Amino acid sequence: MTMNREFLINSILAIALVAVPLIALGMDEPFIITLATKVAIFAMAGVGLNLVLGYGGLVSFGHAAFFGIGGYAAGILASHALNYEPIMESPFLIEGTTQMIIIWIVALIVSALVALVIGAITLRTSGVYFIMITLAFAQMIYYFAISWPAYGGEDGLSIYVRNGFPGLNTLDPISFFALCAVMLAIAMAFSAVLIRSRFGLALQGARQNPQRMTAVGIAPFRIRLVAFVVSAMITALAGALYADLNRFVSPTMLSWHMSGEIMVFVILGGVGRLFGPLAGAALYIILEHLLGGVWEFWQLPLGVLLLLVVLFARGGLVGVLAGERKHV
Amino acid sequence: MSDAILSLSNVTKQFGSLLASDSVTLDLRPGEIHALIGPNGAGKSTLIKQIAGEIKSDSGDIHFNGQNINEFDAVARSRMGLARTFQVSSLMPEFSVLQNVMLARQSVSGKVFRFFKPVLSDKSLVDPAMAQLERVGLADRAQMRAADISHGERRQLEMAVALALEPKAFLLDEPMAGMGPEGSKRLTGFLDGLRGQAPILLVEHDMDAVFALADRISVLVYGRIIATGTVDEIRGNDDVKRAYLGEDA
Repeated sequence: MTMNREFLINSILAIALVAVPLIALGMDEPFIITLATKVAIFAMAGVGLNLVLGYGGLVSFGHAAFFGIGGYAAGILASHALNYEPIMESPFLIEGTTQMIIIWIVALIVSALVALVIGAITLRTSGVYFIMITLAFAQMIYYFAISWPAYGGEDGLSIYVRNGFPGLNTLDPISFFALCAVMLAIAMAFSAVLIRSRFGLALQGARQNPQRMTAVGIAPFRIRLVAFVVSAMITALAGALYADLNRFVSPTMLSWHMSGEIMVFVILGGVGRLFGPLAGAALYIILEHLLGGVWEFWQLPLGVLLLLVVLFARGGLVGVLAGERKHV
Repeated sequence: MSDAILSLSNVTKQFGSLLASDSVTLDLRPGEIHALIGPNGAGKSTLIKQIAGEIKSDSGDIHFNGQNINEFDAVARSRMGLARTFQVSSLMPEFSVLQNVMLARQSVSGKVFRFFKPVLSDKSLVDPAMAQLERVGLADRAQMRAADISHGERRQLEMAVALALEPKAFLLDEPMAGMGPEGSKRLTGFLDGLRGQAPILLVEHDMDAVFALADRISVLVYGRIIATGTVDEIRGNDDVKRAYLGEDA
């Protein structure tokens, strides 16, 4: 029964995400379309984090690092292309690009490599230490971005024309929304397949009882490392889209506030629930714009809400609406 | 001695000033149930952890299946065929009973890094896992969460997981703990039939079970093995009487 209810809730969320911008299109409200795009992108960043936080039980407080890496991949490649300055000329020529697909591939590769290094070190710790060390790594990258004048330093980097996608006018709000929504859907489908696989079973086992994992002969570390890398790649892809949405990337995307926000999407929506990040990101953006419009301290009620969720509704919004899961 | 599957020689572990294992030498031969008994705090669970690789010994050698496994960690030892159960059930509470056993099958299959095929419809895992659940009498609980089954059923599930690993030797740390007389009796019968599959090193407080099952008994007191022998030899051993069995032996 609960599974059916969760399916219903998930369907409503998915339909709402698509319907709202379409209605906004009809009413000629491009701002709402932009908000929906933001929800899709934030949800995707959350889908990435949810893989380690929700299914793996690893509280990464450094996912802004990957979100920002994706953003900077878009910003840096676009700035070189738009200024006709190659990134390097020798030993071979590497030029910038304004093609999203190439930017995404770069974002995926760079974030995977960085996550491999960060994960290999941080995953040797657990609990509070893991939280603090992931935060420390993200802050290192944040300060690195601030002190790197070539790409705008503290001021960030503008992307004057949104990067392109074959066959699509990305500057058209609804087209760009559609692109982001499809990417979110792919990320969620991928994540759903992953957690139902052998690997997913092992990942969720490592969260519940590492001692038992070891006793059956599976080392939790390698499982977690792979999950951490995949998680970072999804979040980085979201970051690349976010930079294109704003046509701007700055160290803010790398800051610990951003890590916290991504975490809020997941916790608010439902830790370890497939549609949790979408529910959380939607609720966050709705609150930001409904309450933020009338009261500058809108984050105060958000904080209270978060507290209530953590104290009384561990399954987040999806958990409250759909009930607890029977088993994993 | 040389035909032993598992053998410990002079295995020692010290925690501060406490000598938890003091030059322990013991072996486990094919087809036998070797019971390890001793008063509370004698170091039985520590010894099991040393054998399983969860605690590193200070000195001494452990051979398993003809190989020195001193430098192997717990994961490697499990993969070599050393399956242990825990004194306090250690399971995946949010997994179904079936998933708990499937995870063990997954490890045995050696294919953990598979990312796309849905695991719950993977017959190569489900069928052998169900077979083990049937063996321990838990098949009708397969779809329940491990957190929701009874204490006794969790003990059975621990056994099913160990069985699913198809081990070359079992390390059972108080499998009867908290089982009740009826459950203990059933498990005793079950373990009796298991010795043909793989030898068992059995830590147990339930003396009825130990005397019914054990081919040999080793008595551990303050980290030291004070006697090893058959049931009758141990029953008649004066040191053991004094140190452990007390008046009613």
